[in-house]
Amino acid sequence: MSYTIALAGNPNCGKTTLFNALTGASQRVGNWPGVTIDKKTGRIRGTDSQLVDLPGIYSMSPYSPEEMVSRNFIIDEKPDAIINIVDATNLERNLFLTLQLIDMGTPMVVALNMMDEIEKFGDRIDVEGLSKRLGVPVMPISAAKKTGIDELVKKVHEVAGSKIRPIPPKYDGSIESAVAEAEKALEGKVPDENARFYAFKLLEDDPDIAGKFPGLKDSLSAQIEAAEKKFDDSMDSIIADGRYDRISEFVSETVERAPRDEKGTLSDRIDRIVTSRWLGIPIFIAVIALVYMIAMYDGDWGTSPGAYATGWLNDWFGELGENVGAWCEDNGVEPWIQGLLVDGIIGGVGAVLGFLPQMIILFICLVLLEEIGYMARVAFVMDRVFRYFGLSGKSFIPLLVGTGCGIPGVMSTRTIESESDRRITAMTVTFMPCGAKLPVIAMIAGALFGGSALVGVFSYVLGIVAVIISGIVLKKLRKFSGTPAPFIMELPPYHMPQLYSFFKAVFDRVWAFVKKAGTIILLSSILIWFLASYDIGLHMVDIGESMLASIGGAIHAIFMPLGWGDDWEFSVATITGLVAKENLIATMGTLFGLEEISDEGEEIWSILADTLGSAGGMSFLTFNLLCAPCFAAIGAMHRELGTWKSTGFAVAYQCILAYLISVIVYVAVGLICGENTGTLSYVLCIINIAAIAYLLWAKDPFRQLGKDDGEASE
Amino acid sequence: MRTLREAEIGSTVTVVKIRGEGAIRRHIMDMGITKGCQIYVRKVAPLGDPVEITLRGYELSLRKEYAEMVEID
Repeated sequence: MSYTIALAGNPNCGKTTLFNALTGASQRVGNWPGVTIDKKTGRIRGTDSQLVDLPGIYSMSPYSPEEMVSRNFIIDEKPDAIINIVDATNLERNLFLTLQLIDMGTPMVVALNMMDEIEKFGDRIDVEGLSKRLGVPVMPISAAKKTGIDELVKKVHEVAGSKIRPIPPKYDGSIESAVAEAEKALEGKVPDENARFYAFKLLEDDPDIAGKFPGLKDSLSAQIEAAEKKFDDSMDSIIADGRYDRISEFVSETVERAPRDEKGTLSDRIDRIVTSRWLGIPIFIAVIALVYMIAMYDGDWGTSPGAYATGWLNDWFGELGENVGAWCEDNGVEPWIQGLLVDGIIGGVGAVLGFLPQMIILFICLVLLEEIGYMARVAFVMDRVFRYFGLSGKSFIPLLVGTGCGIPGVMSTRTIESESDRRITAMTVTFMPCGAKLPVIAMIAGALFGGSALVGVFSYVLGIVAVIISGIVLKKLRKFSGTPAPFIMELPPYHMPQLYSFFKAVFDRVWAFVKKAGTIILLSSILIWFLASYDIGLHMVDIGESMLASIGGAIHAIFMPLGWGDDWEFSVATITGLVAKENLIATMGTLFGLEEISDEGEEIWSILADTLGSAGGMSFLTFNLLCAPCFAAIGAMHRELGTWKSTGFAVAYQCILAYLISVIVYVAVGLICGENTGTLSYVLCIINIAAIAYLLWAKDPFRQLGKDDGEASE
Repeated sequence: MRTLREAEIGSTVTVVKIRGEGAIRRHIMDMGITKGCQIYVRKVAPLGDPVEITLRGYELSLRKEYAEMVEID
C-alpha cells in the first residue's frame, strides 16, 4: 500500500539523519506554500509510501511559519500517519510536541532516537511502559547507527493501514471538563478526529483557531474560569503546565538514569571553554579567521584554497572564451553568434560556475560548524552586539563571507532561524565590499586620492553603516515584523557530524544555487550582451552606439545630483556592473576609447579626475558599492527571499538607499575638498539626511515586546 | 517578586509564574519553562547577555529581557 507519512520532531533531534536513512536518494526539495522553508519529500525505501519532512518545531503554537506549516499540513493534507522522532537523551522537552501531536488524532508512531547514546550513558528506558502511558506505539531506534529502522517502517505502515488512532493521556479534571465542553461546542465544525486539538487551541486562545470560530470561546467561559480559579493562573499556562507535569511523571516512571560523570559530559566540558567569559570571543574570532583563511583569503600571505580554485576556474572560463572567439574568427562564424557564445553564454555560465569551488569550500566549513553545534554558540556569543541593529548574532557570518563574495554570503543566511532576520540579512549582505568591488575601489583611490588606503577603509565603514541602517529601518516594515524573533534558543550538545548527512547538506546548498540562480544569471548576461551589442535597428554596433548607450543617455540625468556630470558613460558602466562589478572598469575603458585596460584601470585615471573630480568619484564609488549587486548575487537573493516580488523589493531598496547615501557623500566630500557640488545636490542632501534620520528614529509600530516591558516594570 | 534575570550564576531556582503575553510568553512555556520547573543558571555570555540555563536535562539560552518575564522563588 502507498501512504503519505509526515515526519515531525524538534530541531536537533536527528530528524534529517532519519529522513535520509528512510528515503535514501529518492528526495525532492520544494518550498512550502508562501514561505521560504524547504519542503523535503521522498519515497520510503522498500515501500511506495511518501515521507514528508515537516520543519523542526518545539510546539504546535501558531507563532512561527514553521509551526503553521506543520499544523496546516497535518490538518489540511491529512497524512495517513505521523512519525514523531524524539531525542531520547532530551526526553522531557521532546515529549511536549509529542503530546500535542497525539491530540491531533492522526495515527502515529514515536521513533525514540539516539538509543545508542542512552546505552552509552548506561541509562535504561522502559519503552513498553512509555508507549502505554503515551497511548501510541514507541519504537527505539538510532538514526545515526541505522538500527531499528526496518521495525519502525513496518510499524508505521501497520498503524496507517489499520488507522489506529492514539489514545491521548488525560490531564487534571478541570482541564478535561473544559476540553469536553469545547469539543461539544466545536461539534460539526471540525473533523471529529482533530476535535481534541481544536479544543485545546480554543482554550489556549490560539489567535489562528479563535479567529476561525469567533465567539465560541465565550460560551466556555464558565469552565475556563473554574480552571483558572483552581490553579490561580491563565488557561494557556495551566495547559502547558499540565502537559509538562504529565511528561515529568511519565519520565520519572519509565527512565532510569545512570549516575553522570561529575565533570559533566565531554560536550559540557567543551562548552565551558568555548563560550567562557574570557575565551568566548577570542575563540570566536579564531574560528572565523580560520574559515576566512581557508575559503576567502587572497593577499600577502598567499592564496587560500577557496580563492585559488575560484581564480583558476575563472581564468579557465576566460581562456575558453578567448579560444572559442579565436576559433570563430578563423572559421568565419557570424559575429553575432560569436558574441552570443563568448560574451553571453560563456560569460554567463562562467559567472555561475566560477564561484562554485569557493562556495563548496565555504559551505564545507559552515555546514561543519553548524553540524557540530558551534553556530548556536556564535549566536550566543555575538547576540549582544547584533541586537542593537535588530539582527541575530548569526547575521555576522553572512556579512563576513560577503566581504569575499556576496553570493555565498547571501546563501549562508540559511543558518538564521528567524525568517525576518534571514531576509533582512540576505538583503544587506551585498552592501559589504566583495572581491569584485576591490578593483573599483582601487581605481577611485588611484585616480583621485593618490592611492590612499582611506578609500578602502571608507568602503568597509560604508558597508557596515548601510547594514546597520537597514537593520533598524527594515524591522519597522510590516513585511519584516510578522515573526518577532525572541532570542530563546536551544544550545544543542556538540557532536560529530554524520558523514552522509554532512556531504548531502553541502551538496544540497550548492545545487540549489546552481539550479535557481543559474538560469537567471545566464538569461540576464545574454540580455546585457544583447543591449550592449545592438542598436535600436538591431544592427551590430560598438557599445558606444548600442541600445545600452541610449539607455545610459536617457537615465544619466538621474545621476546629475550625484556629480556624474553630463557623461552618460558612468551610467552605462553602472549597468554593465550588474553582470559583474569589475566589468565597470572594462566598460569605461571601451567607452573612453581604449583598446586595452588594466585591472585597476590606470589608463583612465586622468579622465576620471577631469570628469568626476573627488566628490563625483566618491559618489560614483558609493553608488556602485551599495546599489543592486551583480546578477549572480541577485539570483542568490531570489533563492533566499523566495519570490520575485521580494527580490524586486530588495533590489529597489538597495538602489534607493545607494542613491540617498551617494548624494550625501557627494556633498560631504565636495565640502571637504572645496569642490562646488551645486544647489540641487545641497537641497537633496538635506532632504536625504532628514529622511534617513526620520526612518532611524521613527517609532517601531510592530515592536511586540513593548507590551511585555510594560508589565515587567510594574 | 524575583525574576530569573536576578538569579545568581550557579544557583538553582524554581519557576513560579511567567509574565507577559503573546508569542514570547508562549515560546518560553513551549521550551519547558513552566510552573514548578527547576532551572540551573549556568553562565552569562561573554558580553554579559544572554544567559545560559539548564532545565529538563538540556541547555537553553535566553536574553535577560526575557529572563525578566520568568518569576522565581
